[in-house]
Amino acid sequence: MSELISGSEILMQSLLKEGVDTIFGYPGGAITPVFDALYDFQDRFNYILTRHEQGATHAAQGYARVSGKPGICLVTSGPGATNAITGIGDAMMDSTPLIVIAGQVQAELLGTDAFQEIDLVGITQPISKWAYQIRRPEDITWAVARAFYIASTGRPGPVVLDFAKNAQIGKAEFYYKKCEFTRGYIPYPEISTKQIESAAQLINDAKKPLALVGQGVILGNAENELKSFLEKADIPAASTLLGLSAMPTNFRLNKGFLGMHGNVGPNMKTNECDVLIAIGMRFDDRVTGNLKTYAKQAKIIHLDIDPSELNKNVKVDAKVLGDAKVSLKLLTDAIQNAKHGEWIDSFKEHEEKEFEKVIKKEVFPENGPIKMGEVINLISEASNNEAILVTDVGQNQIMAARYFKYSKTRSIVTSGGLGTMGFGIPAAIGAKVAAPDRKVCLFVGDGGFQMTMQELGTILQEQIGVKIIILNNNYLGMVRQWQELFFRKRYSSSVMINPNFGAIADAYKIKNQEVKDRKDLKKAIDEMFSDDKPYMLIVETEKEGMVYPMTPAGDTVTHILLGDE
Amino acid sequence: MENENMTLYTVSVFSENRVGLLNQISIIFTRRRLNIETLSVSPSALKGIHKFTITTFSDADTIEKVVKQIDKRVDIIKAFYNTDEDLVYQEIALYKIATDQLIKLGSIEEMIRTYNIRILEMNETCVVLEKTGHYEETQALFSELSQKVNVLQFIRSGRVAINKSKIERLSDMLANLNSRKPEGYVEDDEYAGY
Repeated sequence: MSELISGSEILMQSLLKEGVDTIFGYPGGAITPVFDALYDFQDRFNYILTRHEQGATHAAQGYARVSGKPGICLVTSGPGATNAITGIGDAMMDSTPLIVIAGQVQAELLGTDAFQEIDLVGITQPISKWAYQIRRPEDITWAVARAFYIASTGRPGPVVLDFAKNAQIGKAEFYYKKCEFTRGYIPYPEISTKQIESAAQLINDAKKPLALVGQGVILGNAENELKSFLEKADIPAASTLLGLSAMPTNFRLNKGFLGMHGNVGPNMKTNECDVLIAIGMRFDDRVTGNLKTYAKQAKIIHLDIDPSELNKNVKVDAKVLGDAKVSLKLLTDAIQNAKHGEWIDSFKEHEEKEFEKVIKKEVFPENGPIKMGEVINLISEASNNEAILVTDVGQNQIMAARYFKYSKTRSIVTSGGLGTMGFGIPAAIGAKVAAPDRKVCLFVGDGGFQMTMQELGTILQEQIGVKIIILNNNYLGMVRQWQELFFRKRYSSSVMINPNFGAIADAYKIKNQEVKDRKDLKKAIDEMFSDDKPYMLIVETEKEGMVYPMTPAGDTVTHILLGDE
Repeated sequence: MENENMTLYTVSVFSENRVGLLNQISIIFTRRRLNIETLSVSPSALKGIHKFTITTFSDADTIEKVVKQIDKRVDIIKAFYNTDEDLVYQEIALYKIATDQLIKLGSIEEMIRTYNIRILEMNETCVVLEKTGHYEETQALFSELSQKVNVLQFIRSGRVAINKSKIERLSDMLANLNSRKPEGYVEDDEYAGY
């Protein structure tokens, strides 16, 4: 029999066995024994103390999205655990591998409304891939091994470990074995040759094919396979919000961004193509608009790793269940070389129209207030289009997604499915920790900034070199936009009286500059990028700016407002 | 019972025997606003595996999505659904009646023969009758008894069902799932999971 060690130390050793090097967290009563053990492991873990548990989860998400490894988050019971809920829900919607380890009251007190007791497993079951309560030190390695296996394989997602205090203190042997199998969970379904053949047949017969690229391509590390596939059959493609950066912006077949505020070309062509090939995406309503009028003329092929996504929102003509990396390779082998020059050229008229009516005004204005689009474009270019884009939620997010340019994969971190305001600052911290050698640019609105601005304290303490760009219009811009368009400009609760953001940055010793005039912008950006230290650029943007193009919620995908109606 | 486009589906779920499984399953019904009509849970023939039999009114599209969502849960081994044509199914009902009231009825032989009733308990105060059958059958007996005597208590179980159209033995299904185990991978003793 080997030596008995405490449950808290077993957890530390287990995390090391799983290759964890970074932990985000916040201590508290019911997790104190684990933090005590962490004290002895400071040389092996980069532990980052956030200023709020929500921040810890989003930072872990940012870390996971950029590194591809599960993000680890350590919080206490009760309010610590409930503060983590938003991050867990966000990770579930966006398929982010996240492991939240929360303290829990000791097992004998469970169900007694003990101090800081909350039914975390009960709360998180609907919004996590797996939630488990550890009540004995003997079960820790089993649970941790399964947590890593479940969070990171197949379609990734959040796992919650609810760690009772007696199990943290109690002793057991340490014996670790990674989990590679659990019955009833099939992370990588075997790919059916028949499904590949039917999909290939449809693609071979296609005259006007269009591919929709989702995050599944990035999660499956299938960027090269995607490129070969698209090139072999000469298929134009566009990305969902989370699929952005799977293809470089300047890739010949990349036709841009899909959905409500996406590019006109791919949205119009969705209802014109004869074969629609969806790869690792889930036909979210922000992509499809009204399903009754969505791509009705097209044969639809759907590649996804999650069987519950197939036929969920859109009925498909050919499904391919499996990991995108393998499916795309098999599909590429099964299809013929093709050329669709005329079809691809037909996107041009839409691109030109969108440039004329929207982009020119947004990105290259010559006078008037500063536009969000021009700020984003200048910053993207100043980073040589190599930075990691992190966004908050709202106009800042959509503008950034539209006008940032990508040359590398895993270059966008944004809250897509849940649309979590306040995601930005902590997610940017996690992204920078995961990729210290890359520039990380956060675009955040004045509203979202104030939802998690306490994380500036984390930036101060750890000196994390994120570049924060506040696009300040003194409104909750996206809410205001909807109120202008659909609620007769009744600006209910969307007007913000804001603090002096520069003074806040000063308080946290973060270098900053406020820009109100277009002529000062370029210089300020150069200063921001002059070193790798934290920086806050506050840009006063057009007060009542609008994000166009826009397909109103629930409308047909081709009903696109360009702002000139 | 529900609107006309709805069919009664029987959902069968095999799961690991862990705390919280019922919650994981029921929240999936709740989210799609499906009401669970009946529910029956018991250990299966194989140790450590529990079986849930759930009936619900749904349309074909919704039930398919619901079952996929259930099947997706890591602790669920397999979930599937059937309509009544595919199944042999049964429910059990118990009826408690005051003994003196039953005696006042005179003979109950005919009722016992017609409904295939069993008498489980008889004492000075009450008689407990048992009837197995489909919902309509146990309901019919309740209606008839209610017209004649005061039924003190009536309880009906959830449905239990066996698939008659295809051969799907739990052990074969498990063998199939276990065949995915990586070569040489030895599982830890399956954790008792309490």
